[in-house]
Amino acid sequence: MQQRDRIKLQKDMGRRCFVRAGVIAAAAGTAGCSSSTSWRFFTAAEAETINAACECIIPADQDPGAAWAGVVRYIDRQLAGKFKPHRQTYRRGIAALDRMAGGRFAQLSPVAQIDCLTKAERDKELRAFFDLVVAHTMQGFYGSPRHGGNRDWVSWRMLRIPSSPVRGRA
Amino acid sequence: MSLPKVDAVVVGAGAGGGIVAKELAVNGLSVVLLERGRWYTPADCRKDDLRNQRTSILGNNTGPDDEGNPRVLVDAQGRERILAPSEGGYNNNAACVGGGTATYGAMAWRYHPGDFRMRSVYGPLEGSTLDDWPIAYDDLEPHYEKAEWEIGVSGDDSGNPFKGPRKRPLPMPPLPPSREERILEAGALRLGLHPFHIPMLRNSVPYNGRPGCMRCRWCVGFLCEVNAKCGTQNTVIPTALATGHCQLRTESMTKEILLDGRGRATGVAYFDARDRLQEQPADLVVVSCAATESARLLLNSKHRLHPNGLGNRYDWVGRNLQGHTYSGAVGYFEQETYDDLGPGAGIAISDYNHGTPGLRGGAMLANEFIRLPIQFVPSLPPGTPRWGKAHKDAMRKFYRRTIMIQGPTQEMPMADSRVQLDPKIRDRWGIPVLRMSGGKHSHTLEIAAAMSDRAAQWLTASGAIQVWPKKAGQGLSGGQHQAGTCRMGRDPRTSVVDPNCRIHDVDNVFVVDASVHVTNGGFNPVLTIMANAYRVSEFIVKTWNGTRFRS
Repeated sequence: MQQRDRIKLQKDMGRRCFVRAGVIAAAAGTAGCSSSTSWRFFTAAEAETINAACECIIPADQDPGAAWAGVVRYIDRQLAGKFKPHRQTYRRGIAALDRMAGGRFAQLSPVAQIDCLTKAERDKELRAFFDLVVAHTMQGFYGSPRHGGNRDWVSWRMLRIPSSPVRGRA
Repeated sequence: MSLPKVDAVVVGAGAGGGIVAKELAVNGLSVVLLERGRWYTPADCRKDDLRNQRTSILGNNTGPDDEGNPRVLVDAQGRERILAPSEGGYNNNAACVGGGTATYGAMAWRYHPGDFRMRSVYGPLEGSTLDDWPIAYDDLEPHYEKAEWEIGVSGDDSGNPFKGPRKRPLPMPPLPPSREERILEAGALRLGLHPFHIPMLRNSVPYNGRPGCMRCRWCVGFLCEVNAKCGTQNTVIPTALATGHCQLRTESMTKEILLDGRGRATGVAYFDARDRLQEQPADLVVVSCAATESARLLLNSKHRLHPNGLGNRYDWVGRNLQGHTYSGAVGYFEQETYDDLGPGAGIAISDYNHGTPGLRGGAMLANEFIRLPIQFVPSLPPGTPRWGKAHKDAMRKFYRRTIMIQGPTQEMPMADSRVQLDPKIRDRWGIPVLRMSGGKHSHTLEIAAAMSDRAAQWLTASGAIQVWPKKAGQGLSGGQHQAGTCRMGRDPRTSVVDPNCRIHDVDNVFVVDASVHVTNGGFNPVLTIMANAYRVSEFIVKTWNGTRFRS
């Protein structure tokens, strides 16, 4: 009973966060309601760009998307660790996306952002960067929250997998 | 500096080494068991779907560490890449006490009797070193049984008419069937196939002082939280230590086998947990590091009489590297198939292992282990957009309504699929690392494609409304099922060890792991590694009681 209440509470909080995050993410480009502005690798502007790109890759619909799930936090943390070799690719790729957008990628309309990413996907130079962002977005959205993404097991709840194991650590 | 001499040193505490250490210790030999990794307990279980032996995007959970353990992979175009253990292509196996058995899916297959006679059954194959084993199924049968009862196997293969004869049933019943298993059983029967419950090295009921499986979704790739998976780390190795005759030294990396003036082994040199070089003298040495690393240790053990490495007079050490070529199919069902019950895999057929016209062998086919969401992403049907709302929609549509069937296609071994020593790159102890090259025989890929078709038929017969193939990878095969690099045979010119797994040239060095497999069966290899370890141990103990290996 307690367990169920707790999950319901999490869900309700999740929805509220989601709505609020949608507004904030659009306005300020943060990764969600427990917003962290202290990035380990990205500059604030880079985080904003990559956050918008991730949100195109897994957009919010009836379920929250990549921005709410904190996918950027996942990528940022890994770029400070295991993904160090990908730092250049990200730095250059983000700059290229902003250039393609003629300023700030994050300020384009969602349709224009998708258009921009579709071009990146077909671009010889940007393809490797785009592939990385897709793979890392999947990991940050569907992988364990312990690495900074999948906030509140949002993707697992979307797939209706009970998020709390009966015993042991998650 | 030299440590006190012991009777036997066993290098590698995995499936093979753990069993040899126990058998020698209970028979009164003094044993040092060296393991390069650590000893994990159920309390070390971390449910991390991005960092485990199955999905190592952020690293391996039971070793080896990414730092200081490189390998070189040479691709088909001759390009070299230096890889860390968690990267694809490294062909990693776990580095810890228990080896792969600490985190495996734990399928406990006996090979088919025909798997030991591939050359006799199918004849020679151009471009392949396909051959018979020098031993037969019947030689291993009593040892299979011992492994099943001593390590612990649950399941029920009585419905498999293709299996080799067994004298004793499995010690534990299968776990109750999952939803997938019930769906697939009906489909298999509709096709006239012979489905049965997969034998698993996993407690279904309390056994050997450990509890039964709690059916969680954190299974293959993870340490078992309740200790229900049966590996050497929670069975024979504790037994070995309890005799008082066996010392286990973890985080100990063996550098080379030491040899005397006549080229016989006198022990090993290894780096201990504090990276100090130690010498451990012993009357006999057992190499059980898995196919890649066992070959590396032999190649790194050079001597005036063995200038190309121990056992390598005829350039066979490191060749015939093989694993399994997995292929299969995924089916989409109208009803939900996901019931959140681990381990997931439970039902199999052995109808296609042999006897398919035009194919030299085949594979056991089984439903796949339970898939965590990140593991499911690559299983979406072809044509699904890789990103955007359509991808998210597909995850929601397919995740709970798909079943995957696949099987380990038996590979046609090739001399040029191999490991060698890299001339330049060294690990963190300064030991030369492996250089891997080669690929798969075209017939292996033909068999795998046929197995994929069979899997699709089974899914369709089970009611799938959409079916798509899970295609085989093209590259060099090794990985967790790595085998073949120290081939067992009678002729020293075409093999590395004799039928007792003793190196042809040296009477006191044995190789006991899947390195000695001539071919690797159409099944997961671990129970065969275990059975062979019991068999060889019996020979070592018998010989010890006669000559004590002092020539």
